[in-house]
Amino acid sequence: MNEPTKLDTFAAWLLALLWILPLVYAVWTAFHAPEYSTRFALDAPLTLDNFRRAWEAAPFARYFVNTIALVTMILAVQLVLATLAAFAFARYDFRGKDIAFALVLVQLMIMPDILLVENYRTMAKLGLVDTLLAIGLPYFASAFAIFLLRQTFMGIPKELDEAARVEGANAMQILWRVYVPIARPVYTAFALVSVSYHWNNFLWPLIITNSVNARPLTVGLQVFSSVDQGVDWSVITAATLMTSGPLLIAFLLFQRQFVQSFMRAGIK
Amino acid sequence: MKTRAWVHAWLLLAPALVLLATFTHWPAFATFVDSFYSTPKGARAAVWVGLENYQTLWDDPVFWKAVRNNLIFAGATIPLSIGLALVMALWVNERITGRAFLRMAYFTPTVLPMIAVANIWLFFFTPQYGLLEQVLSLFGAKPHNWLGDPSTALACITVVAVWKEAGFFMIFYLAALQTLNPSLREAAAIEGASRWFFFRRVQWPLLMPTTLFVLVNAVINGFRMVDHVFILTRGGPDNATILLLYHLYEVGFKFWDTAYASAITVVLVAVLASVSLFQFFVLDKRVHYK
Repeated sequence: MNEPTKLDTFAAWLLALLWILPLVYAVWTAFHAPEYSTRFALDAPLTLDNFRRAWEAAPFARYFVNTIALVTMILAVQLVLATLAAFAFARYDFRGKDIAFALVLVQLMIMPDILLVENYRTMAKLGLVDTLLAIGLPYFASAFAIFLLRQTFMGIPKELDEAARVEGANAMQILWRVYVPIARPVYTAFALVSVSYHWNNFLWPLIITNSVNARPLTVGLQVFSSVDQGVDWSVITAATLMTSGPLLIAFLLFQRQFVQSFMRAGIK
Repeated sequence: MKTRAWVHAWLLLAPALVLLATFTHWPAFATFVDSFYSTPKGARAAVWVGLENYQTLWDDPVFWKAVRNNLIFAGATIPLSIGLALVMALWVNERITGRAFLRMAYFTPTVLPMIAVANIWLFFFTPQYGLLEQVLSLFGAKPHNWLGDPSTALACITVVAVWKEAGFFMIFYLAALQTLNPSLREAAAIEGASRWFFFRRVQWPLLMPTTLFVLVNAVINGFRMVDHVFILTRGGPDNATILLLYHLYEVGFKFWDTAYASAITVVLVAVLASVSLFQFFVLDKRVHYK
């Protein structure tokens, strides 16, 4: 009963091959000359020409810079704000704590992804339309990160605080020297989830940007594939692989951490 | 001492709460209020119109089309992705040949940008020379424009969503399966229980909290996932693939009818909030999970 049958193995493999088929197909097209994009011949010569053409046809370098700056900025602010807030929730008793926590949890229900119209209006008032800051602002305070860290901080024994306090450390030092190091796996988990979420995020950046200056990769790719290229599939798939490349390579290298992070982040 | 701690705590919370108030609480409230006003046009300021925007919504055939499509899309994506996720997790949890490869193959779509993979799928579905058409023609099928035909376009959108999500949900099932006590399996083996029996009577009930957690996420995603629509069909042909959030985008940012867009937002927020409240007050009470 413990061993999977041959049929299981066969079906599992069939599904897996089906699952990566679109990717394999894209890799084939991107690395071959256009005349082979829909014809499969084993002796077709490999080429990087499609990548070169895609790179030259649109400001992908700028898009990369934008996306990397964006995910870094969002993650950094999220971690700092969430750490402070989670520490307050986990270790302080104060009036209005339950209400404050409920107000934080509201964001899990009403995500910034939906409040497009009002957030656009706010950004317009602040004069931030078409800036990286505008893309990031609605995500800076992450209810999810606060929730996750609060959970972790509450599990840390209070004796550790007291020991540190006896040594003369103040609250901030305790947070930095005791809590943050212990919660490290949670930080990694959240970081991976946050980076892949914002690397991939599309709708809000699409709405709030209107020039190359602030456009992240996802929006750049959409503009590129819908306007500039007609149906040159070799170039489009090359651009597609290029934009997901860093994430895909990171995933293949750190598979275990990725899987564990998504797991940890999901199971509250 | 007591007051100092109080002040201290609020100072720690302040930055996060200010941002939440500005970009979540206030916009949610303002959306609700704006949905009762007209769209300001040029020098004409917004005026109170009562339920007029909701009347527009009620009479808008595209809105109802979006509701219908979204229900079909969610109704198909949710069970298919969860079912596949469960099967994948059960396989990968066993000592199956090539386990690492299988897990990677199932999970990879999850980490890639939807916009990027939608491009790949667009190519896949392309009439005449797309891979799907090429394979089907080997079996002598008639050529078919999968994304261009209103009767198949929504199915294509659904397939892409299932493909993207199943691996993500698999992870949660896998995590849960790995925490199950191995002696359960041994006991079942001694009793001579079949695999199906073991799954149905032992694994499935123990996985219930995971299933509910995944279900809530799947429902939320069913109303939030629209990125691929931008690439594959743009809501067409003839609104055959228009979803609520996509309709909201068109009304708000293509036609710039912000008041009507606010009314649609209120509907979406109501849907998503009720899913979360249901989870919070009903499921979390009934199912024990940490």
